[in-house]
Amino acid sequence: MAETTVNKPAAKPPSPTIENLKTIFKKLRKNKAAMVGGYLIIFFVIVAIFGPLFTTGSPSAIDPTNRMAPPSADNWFGTDHQGRDIFTRIIHGMSITLYIGFSSVLIGAIVGVFIGLVSGYYGKKVDAILMRCMDVLLAFPGILLALAIVSVLGGSLQNVIIAVGIFSVPMFARIVRGSVLAVRKLEYVDAVRALGASDTRIIFRHVLPNIMSPIIVQATLRMATAILTASGLSFLGLGAQPPTPEWGAMLSAGRNYMWDSPHIALFPGLAIVIVVLAFNIFGDGLRDALDPKTK
Amino acid sequence: MLVYIIRRLLQTIPVLLGVTILVFSMMHLIPGDPAQIIAGESASETQVEQMRERLGLNEPLVVQYGKFLGGVIQGDLGNSIRSGNPVSAEIGARIMVTIELAVYSTILSIFLGLIAGIVSATKRYTFWDTSIMIVALFGLSMPNFWLGLMLIQYFALPPLQWFPVSGWGTPGHIVLPVITLGTAGAAIIARMTRSSMLEVINQDYIRTARAKGVKEKYVIYKHALRNALIPVVTVVGLQFGVLLGGTVLTETVFAINGMGRLVIDAINARDFPIVQGSVLVIALLFVLVNLIVDLSYRFLNKRIELD
Repeated sequence: MAETTVNKPAAKPPSPTIENLKTIFKKLRKNKAAMVGGYLIIFFVIVAIFGPLFTTGSPSAIDPTNRMAPPSADNWFGTDHQGRDIFTRIIHGMSITLYIGFSSVLIGAIVGVFIGLVSGYYGKKVDAILMRCMDVLLAFPGILLALAIVSVLGGSLQNVIIAVGIFSVPMFARIVRGSVLAVRKLEYVDAVRALGASDTRIIFRHVLPNIMSPIIVQATLRMATAILTASGLSFLGLGAQPPTPEWGAMLSAGRNYMWDSPHIALFPGLAIVIVVLAFNIFGDGLRDALDPKTK
Repeated sequence: MLVYIIRRLLQTIPVLLGVTILVFSMMHLIPGDPAQIIAGESASETQVEQMRERLGLNEPLVVQYGKFLGGVIQGDLGNSIRSGNPVSAEIGARIMVTIELAVYSTILSIFLGLIAGIVSATKRYTFWDTSIMIVALFGLSMPNFWLGLMLIQYFALPPLQWFPVSGWGTPGHIVLPVITLGTAGAAIIARMTRSSMLEVINQDYIRTARAKGVKEKYVIYKHALRNALIPVVTVVGLQFGVLLGGTVLTETVFAINGMGRLVIDAINARDFPIVQGSVLVIALLFVLVNLIVDLSYRFLNKRIELD
């Protein structure tokens, strides 16, 4: 080992973040369930981007002569109460669902990771105050926090994203804080500090890259929760508004007709289940691959 | 132990205060003029002014919060804008339904979750384990409102018609909503129990017990389960809170007149005092339940340490 180092004195060590991602990927490939979840997610992204090109007709094209038609060769998932093709609407809804999930988790992750880093790194009073604030947010259980936020901001797709994003902040903050506490005491952090690195540099260059695993796992699992919560808000009429082909809103519009046409409520729900399932499987797999305890 | 209880109680106070501040701010975070929005777009200027007066929005913020907090402590949450009745009365009329729903669902999820988790852990990597874990994953990934709709579709509508479609009151009314609400919790508890059991089963003292020749059943139920249950207790507490929140959707699906419906109707009617009151009550309830769970967790832990 010493020899190779001597032979290549000029080689720049790879950046810690890239190195981390490489090891993560290597471990992940050994986990079958995670790979299945991952491929499913890639498939959904492809459907979201290119799917609408292959569906005939618009998702909001009304056909009064063909209302509530059961699934057939023409309408794979049947039509809804306005004669709109449910399959087309579900394909168009894919991008909305992924967009809501991704942007709300991104908001939650950025804010939550920042709070967790500051809290864990500085400790003491800063930590106490920030964590009490997170406790306050966590006191509103389940969908209630998102519901309260949407009730204030008003129901719309954008506000649902903000609400679900805020709803995710305390989870990220807590996990990151815990990880920072574990890393902060390690020798290498002391060493970097002794070399005169600033707090900001230590936090972002040396602490953050080493706690990426729990953040990535949390973000993946959070996607599942975010999609479920957002679709719930839309189902309550507080999210995406009709005629947007959002799946929760479709379920809400279709439920009055399900007595006669079960397929109206069946397919949008199945779509939510499958996407959420993919993120849960992928997140579980990631956690198993990245958590040394389960090995 | 006593010191811990007192410290834990003191820790709860800032959280409770924070909760009241947040709920109080809801009215002030409404984009635009809350009085105008609550009074409605067509309201005249005098009507808006009256609304502002009624909501006390003319006073300084600190005074407003002081009055709000004072009211909360005395159980006075203001009056509903729509009906004029005290918010506490409106909540009082509905809260038992929601608590009943949440308690039954918690019981169901503990029962199903524990059995499934224990079977899964003791029969690791068998057909049973795999099946249970797949079902649990589905349970976790299902929107509960959709599960509710499907249950109605197949068990409440013709041809089966085993249960009523909506409402609350008779034992028949309870079945479908409780399954709807309890499924996700059962899935989470099953997964938690499994991993917790597996962790415990690999411990030295379990090996020692087996080596001593203790019967397998006894090892599982007396030695492993008791210790494995500790982390599960925390999850149950959190789950109860999630279920309290989740009742909003379940009550909407089954047209049950509980707190959840109250909140949703109030949001749609812009009846803010009701929204604030309900959100506050559910949050306080959740904090209380978590406090109890925390203390019992501590108690369980202590006993085991003493053993």
